[in-house]
Amino acid sequence: MAINSEVLVVGGGLAAITAAISASREGADVRLVSHKASTLRQASGLIDALGYVPATEPAKPLREGPPTAGRELDRDEWPDPEGPLADPFEGIDRLPETHPYRIVGADALREGLDLFDELAGDAYRGSHTDHNALVPTFGGSVKPTARYPAAAEAGLASDDRPTLIVGFRSLTEYDARAFAGRLEAAGVPFDVAGAEVEFAEAFRADTKVTRLAKALDHDEAIDGVPAREALAKAVAPHLHDVVDEAGGVDRVERVGFPAFLGDERGDEVRAALADRLGAHVFEIPMGPPSLPGLRLEDRLYDALDAEGVRFETGNPVVGIETESDGRIETVAVDRKGRETPYGADAFVLATGGLVGKGLDSDREGVREPVFDLHVEQPGDRYEWFVDDAFGDQPYARFGVRPDERGRPLDGDGEAQYANVFAAGGVVGGADVAREKSASGVSLATGLVAGRQAATEATQ
Amino acid sequence: MTRHTDDDSGAANGANETDGPDEPDRATGDDRDGSGTPSPGVPAAGRDEQPSIFVPDDGEVSGASGSAERPATDGGVESATGGSESAELDPDAYDPVDVFPGGDLDLREGADSCYKCTSCDTSCPVAEVDEEFPGPKFQGPEQWRLKRKDDHDIDESISSCSNCMRCDDACPSSVPLSQMHNEARGQFVDEQMEKLSVEYVRNRILANYHTSAQLASVFPRTASFVMNFGPVRWAMEKTMGIPKERDFPEFATETFREWWQARGGAQVENPDKRVAYFHGCYSNYNTPEVGKAMVNVYEHFGYEVMVPPQKCSGTPMFANGMLKDARRHAETNVENLIEAIGEGADVIASCTSCSMSLRQEYPELFDIHGIDDVSEHTYEALEYLRINEDLENELAGTKLADEQSFAYHAPCHARNQGLSRQAVETFRDVDGVTMEDVGDSCSGISGTYGWKEEKYEKSMKIGEEMFEHMEDAEGDVGMTECPTCAMQMEHGTGYEIKHPLQLLEETVAA
Repeated sequence: MAINSEVLVVGGGLAAITAAISASREGADVRLVSHKASTLRQASGLIDALGYVPATEPAKPLREGPPTAGRELDRDEWPDPEGPLADPFEGIDRLPETHPYRIVGADALREGLDLFDELAGDAYRGSHTDHNALVPTFGGSVKPTARYPAAAEAGLASDDRPTLIVGFRSLTEYDARAFAGRLEAAGVPFDVAGAEVEFAEAFRADTKVTRLAKALDHDEAIDGVPAREALAKAVAPHLHDVVDEAGGVDRVERVGFPAFLGDERGDEVRAALADRLGAHVFEIPMGPPSLPGLRLEDRLYDALDAEGVRFETGNPVVGIETESDGRIETVAVDRKGRETPYGADAFVLATGGLVGKGLDSDREGVREPVFDLHVEQPGDRYEWFVDDAFGDQPYARFGVRPDERGRPLDGDGEAQYANVFAAGGVVGGADVAREKSASGVSLATGLVAGRQAATEATQ
Repeated sequence: MTRHTDDDSGAANGANETDGPDEPDRATGDDRDGSGTPSPGVPAAGRDEQPSIFVPDDGEVSGASGSAERPATDGGVESATGGSESAELDPDAYDPVDVFPGGDLDLREGADSCYKCTSCDTSCPVAEVDEEFPGPKFQGPEQWRLKRKDDHDIDESISSCSNCMRCDDACPSSVPLSQMHNEARGQFVDEQMEKLSVEYVRNRILANYHTSAQLASVFPRTASFVMNFGPVRWAMEKTMGIPKERDFPEFATETFREWWQARGGAQVENPDKRVAYFHGCYSNYNTPEVGKAMVNVYEHFGYEVMVPPQKCSGTPMFANGMLKDARRHAETNVENLIEAIGEGADVIASCTSCSMSLRQEYPELFDIHGIDDVSEHTYEALEYLRINEDLENELAGTKLADEQSFAYHAPCHARNQGLSRQAVETFRDVDGVTMEDVGDSCSGISGTYGWKEEKYEKSMKIGEEMFEHMEDAEGDVGMTECPTCAMQMEHGTGYEIKHPLQLLEETVAA
């Protein structure tokens, strides 16, 4: 006997959650199955829509003959991407026709962002405008993004208030002074200084960010001093570190910390620090492991629960179990060695791209492992990439190609299954890293796939 | 081997393991380990019947002596041949070079899959409260690599890992983290831990709860009293490092197996629908009401329930690095369960750690004949009904007589089997039941972990979030599948804690 639902969503990230909630709101009975804990914990927590339109044609024609990795002569040359874009919607028409935004339309992105705003509530900012915000990220670059955590609000790069960036020697992946230097070099409109303070030194060097967050959440005593007070005291001597162009000293008006200011009680932690420092406090989004990502994961799974979506993580969907008349009836879920059929009237595939393992590859080719959907790719794997590491890499756009309802197409351009829809990273056509569009693509395609799956299932 | 698959050995096991051979055919014992003639005073025992505590047999402590004994882990069934031994080697493909000398357990592929995203570290409940704990990424792939050259000891921090296995669930690359931890911990205990230390003896006793519980259940009332008697507890903390704050679980006056025998075994016969119940130690000795609920519910659905002879699932032994103990018990379990499977049964556990062990740790760590079949045929009790019965329909329209809200905590081991939401979903639509998920934090007890004095505070700190959420929840009755999580929930909040099977019994099988 199969475990049944009207819509089965495969995957656990932003696209899967968006699809599940969208389907549920169309009245479908929805189940979500994710192999592992959500990869949102690896995400920065920023919700980008479209920051750049990268060139798809090189400045000079590609070389003749088979390309070879590492060949030094005749490098491919690419113009710089267009951007950062002030308005993501305005750039959509200039994306390639096969881009998911072009297929599902700008309205899908707009509605996807609306849905996100509703689910994220007061934890996120940016919904007041169509325009991108510029958020400094921990590499020292400034990222155009559509939505950002409330915790990052005081740190926007478009703001001209003098800023102190705080770092910790024990947090090795992040150097506050280099970070401040890079911001300055990027031409931000505010004076900035970086300072390394002694606070996390009470912990050993490889202490996990979750440990630091927990200590601040619970205001644990660090060498006898409550953690929040200890942190504020460590920062206080640097409040006048910023020197403006004229050589004058300004008291900083905002202080940026790496994103570990509490987990469950982040608002409280930031407020306490702001109070003690007399300055606004913000978090700088980090690479993985990412507390903003973890917080978003918690919030979105709570939303799934509230929506009545059933979900489970821990077991992978490993393939199709039964199909008839071009429709999938059941898929096989591997429950620790025993395959159990899960049945549904419609399926949403949201398993991620090459990094998320929704696409699998070896020397022979690139495959979609769950439904074995068609993934368009050059037969010669030397054409999967170009020499310029920052060029228009063909592999970056690998994935299934959907129709306007989100159904993946086979090699002949027909929907491969009538009741399978795809969303998020597994959908090809976007170069999300260069475009800064990963979250937006997930929201837009998730919304469409979820709604269409519900329509398919309940009609 | 002489193993009885009929149901007579609940008591016999106990007798054999403690003293006094009362079954001559077992007492002579098959001595496969070559450990020689039994010494005077030590009961002669079969391979599966060795005394578990204090009486090291020849193979027990001699890790460094280079004896040709069988290793405690022998690679599991899938990774027994790995790397370049693969028969399917494609000559055109990249040919892996064996950089590291192979071990019994070839974990190289797993170590190579780690791309250091650190998701495991952020999922680790111990690292969240203890900055000295280097986290699962170090304990797993990094330490495994360090160990290849044999000149590194296992870092003693491995004993701070609670074996909650959340890292397995967090890893996007399916690195077998808990398997690596189990191996490292086993090696640490085997080769580096002082066998006469209080810590070793204490851990051995905790790991072999099965044996202590057998003893206690002979005089359950006395045992329950003595174990929680103030001066005794003070002495236990001082001499053994067992925290006096904890209340020992009550021992049932009638064990599940005694009840099963008294009722005359199965009341339903059905060759088409058979299940073999793996009750584990706790449902047998401490909470037989869970076992009874299992039987009532399954019989309600027309299943013939079998209760094969069984020992500890091994969970507490893995967590304490006592792999040889675990293996011994596994041999008995596999032998008996495989026979039940041969008679058409699937194996059902009511404890999520037991089902986890049979499903995942067994085939990962041991290569015992039939162990794969046991793994593939094992399910958690509620999970099995949800797959094979129309539970939703059965529950529609049912009503719990006395309205009750439950604060449900999903055990970490349930999470890894995809079961963390099943109780909430199953009972969501039952009239009179409110089921509130108290979140994804770990309860902190992790079996025997929270029973160690030096871990007690850590354990309570991990549990803090769950306690808070339980208190915020509407209900004042807790619910969980895991017996030690239940202990911790009760310890932190004072709530009564139930098993989902008990609620199912009240709603469909009452």
